Amino acid sequence: MLDAGKPDEYPIGLGREVRAGSLSVAVFRASGGRWYALENKTPHAKGGSLAEAIVSGDYLYCPVRDLKIALGSGEVQAPDTGQVRTFDIRVEDNRVRISIPKQS
Amino acid sequence: MSGNEAPKRPKLILAGNGMAGVGTLEQILKLTGAYDITVYGAEPHPNYNRIQLSYVLEGSKTFDEIVLNDRDWYREHGIRLHTGTKVTRIDTESKKVITETGDAESYDKLIIATGSKPFFLPVPGHDKNGVIGFRDIADCETMIAASRTKKKAAVIGGGLLGLEAAKGLVQLGMETTVVHLFESLMERQLDEVSAGMLKAELERQGIQFAMGKKTVELTGGAEVEGLRFEDGTELPADLVVMAAGIVPNTDVAKASGIDCRRGIVVDDYMRTSAPDVYAVGECCEHRGVCYGLVAPLFEQGGVLAHEIAGLDPAPYMGSSVATKLKISGVDVFSGGVYAETAEHRVLRNHDDWRGTYKKVLLKDGRIVGAVLYGDVTDSSVLTRLVRDQAVMTDELYGQLFGRGGCCSEGKASIGVEAMADDEIVCGCNGVAKGTIVQGIREQGWSTVEQIKVCTGATRSCGGCKPMVEQLLQLTLGDSYDGTAAAKAGICGCTSLSRDEIVASIQEMGLASVREVMNVLGWSQPEGCSKCRPAINYYLGMLRPLEHRDEKDSRFVNERLHANIQKDSTFSVIPRMYGGVTSPEELRKIADIADKYAVKMVKVTGGQRLDLLGVKKEDLPSIWADLGMPSGYGYAKALRTVKTCVGSRFCRFGTQDSIAMGIDLERRFERLWMPAKFKMAVNGCPRNCAESGIKDLGIIGNDGGWEVFVGGNGGIKLRAGDSLCKVKTDEELVLICSGFIQYYRETANYGERTSEWVERIGLETIRQAIVEDKDNCAALAARVEQALAALHDPWQEAVENGELRRQLYEPVQAGATNE
Repeated sequence: MLDAGKPDEYPIGLGREVRAGSLSVAVFRASGGRWYALENKTPHAKGGSLAEAIVSGDYLYCPVRDLKIALGSGEVQAPDTGQVRTFDIRVEDNRVRISIPKQS
Repeated sequence: MSGNEAPKRPKLILAGNGMAGVGTLEQILKLTGAYDITVYGAEPHPNYNRIQLSYVLEGSKTFDEIVLNDRDWYREHGIRLHTGTKVTRIDTESKKVITETGDAESYDKLIIATGSKPFFLPVPGHDKNGVIGFRDIADCETMIAASRTKKKAAVIGGGLLGLEAAKGLVQLGMETTVVHLFESLMERQLDEVSAGMLKAELERQGIQFAMGKKTVELTGGAEVEGLRFEDGTELPADLVVMAAGIVPNTDVAKASGIDCRRGIVVDDYMRTSAPDVYAVGECCEHRGVCYGLVAPLFEQGGVLAHEIAGLDPAPYMGSSVATKLKISGVDVFSGGVYAETAEHRVLRNHDDWRGTYKKVLLKDGRIVGAVLYGDVTDSSVLTRLVRDQAVMTDELYGQLFGRGGCCSEGKASIGVEAMADDEIVCGCNGVAKGTIVQGIREQGWSTVEQIKVCTGATRSCGGCKPMVEQLLQLTLGDSYDGTAAAKAGICGCTSLSRDEIVASIQEMGLASVREVMNVLGWSQPEGCSKCRPAINYYLGMLRPLEHRDEKDSRFVNERLHANIQKDSTFSVIPRMYGGVTSPEELRKIADIADKYAVKMVKVTGGQRLDLLGVKKEDLPSIWADLGMPSGYGYAKALRTVKTCVGSRFCRFGTQDSIAMGIDLERRFERLWMPAKFKMAVNGCPRNCAESGIKDLGIIGNDGGWEVFVGGNGGIKLRAGDSLCKVKTDEELVLICSGFIQYYRETANYGERTSEWVERIGLETIRQAIVEDKDNCAALAARVEQALAALHDPWQEAVENGELRRQLYEPVQAGATNE
């Protein structure tokens, strides 16, 4: 588990980048109060980040190529394809905690 | 009121019982039964088809046959009809109409549809007996009666109305001459060739013509005996029909203090200057235009009916007038530009044997106008092509003019047919023709939107949309409803159009993106990357002072005020007004480029410097170091005002283009627009700053400035259209303000001026900005208001710590005890 600060440092409806060592994680605090953490990297071959996306419900529209990606599963929606890594995230004791496997 | 009575319905009064007014009522009745309706008509008849008056005149139809709504219709719909009762005045304070008999009736809503009156040439003798207009059944009856005792008729006016009157009079046995001011008949619809063919045909039918004759007097005693022309010649006539034009009938509106110019002035919802009083049809003037054909009246009626029914109509944007007529058995069509000039290329097919004529006018390869005579089977295709200003292709040519070969004649072949299945339709997303056609056949795709969602085609630049539409048309044939597709919503979340959304925001007072989506029933509750930025823009455009820009509905670039690159670094373009910099500024930029290890420094196409490869978290500090305002090189906003050296240094320069460019850039910087907006100012017509391909391009000349609009040097190359010439700098600034605000208020989000100008028409824009000075001043005032609310976003990020942290800085995760 990694500590990623206080919940109120995350604006609602927007993403924020969390750096954990060499890994960049895009954390989203969706409007319904749900929290999501995805690897901050589009599966698109040409690359790009996700943290600056437009968020709609439980989906994001990626900032570079407008791919629609499910925040929960990381699955890229049709007609595009791909998969983004996701991480467990929860808020406890007024701290945001992300579960990232050691090897990453 | 007794408790048993039904609640009183609001009262709707219609003043004017003609086609426009009753047509509107019919549409209202389809939408709502909420009104208690009363109709006043000056004529003693129910609503009849005025277009077919000539049939009554020539005796091929009876009056009953041209009645559109008989008295039973009014009864069945519970409408009180007062025929032969003219409304003379409206008390807009107490909301009452007063009739010529002095009766007063109160209204909750009132529609004025008083139509038009024949224009009587104000020449001496115009009030003699035997001089009449051709407007209603009474005129027909007068002419029929006159034909029994009189022999010679003259019809003044060689337009549609005059020719119809003349045809009827000839049928009635009168010796009839059409007197026309010009050398060519129907000069507002037909070119010389087709007008000549029509004249020859009508002469065969017995009508005589006196062309190029200006009537200066009607002679005779109490009864008219003839016409005297400017050239001194005379024409004997004992019946004179004035058919030189119509004037909107604004009598009752004027008498009631309602704003009138040529017609009763209405806004885009057919509202007059008086509350709850509307006007529709030939009596009204919308954006400076009074229409005299029937199609626009029905379009106006549709908007008005929705307005009255409280259904938030899309605003009426004016009608494009294409005319399809039958004159004395001859079919005629004209649409768009019908008279060629040197700038047009003309495709013409003139067949004297069959008596047909077809002309298509091209400007810069696009179809801008057409005339058909004798055979109008292509009229609907041409109406669409002219409206869309379609590019002429070999396929279209084959369709319209035949290839002269064997098999293709008469066959509606269209461009995409010839494409191979593996040929790419959408170059941005790599979608082949075969993929789209297969989906239409097997998946049942029936709209562009569906194809966009399923394949990505049309999603990016949109340039392939016409091809996708053609594929739908080709594959589905007649079952493809292009108009339904065109009415699809602004994105997959809604079926509402841009205009419907904007109207709802205005009328329902919607204040945030979320509220718009909730109230208007978005299928995806939080919208998508297409609609959210659009709604945010519309809100800001409509309410510049109240609306707080919603960052979560902004695309990354406009949220962070920098342009995201493929590697998720950003570019920084500081504002350099007019493209002018200084040695100090350049030194500063060079030092900053070193300090932040910028990957590249590049001169942009718009004469600015771009620092590429900046990390997101460095953006605020780079801006602080620069101390220059944002150049908005990432936004749907004014990008740059490109300038040439101009009269300060250039030996050819006639105007100080740099000073003007800097002034305009300072004036309009930061202003949010429907799409990116580029300007240029040139000091002379050599046009080194390329004003011809800018959204707003200005070219100086010896006597002032010429303004070009709708140019585009990008995805769809388009030369700007000359909007107007002005003499002074002040006039120039005013025109620029008016143009920019008119674009902001009427364009679709994402629509460049090049598309917008073609969609709404240069003439409409010219009317709104150049002709209508008051409107231009009002637009300029609104743009000032919008500008007043804006601040430099870079400065804001530098000063606002929380904003800087949340938007630009990453969180550094730390270990926990677990």
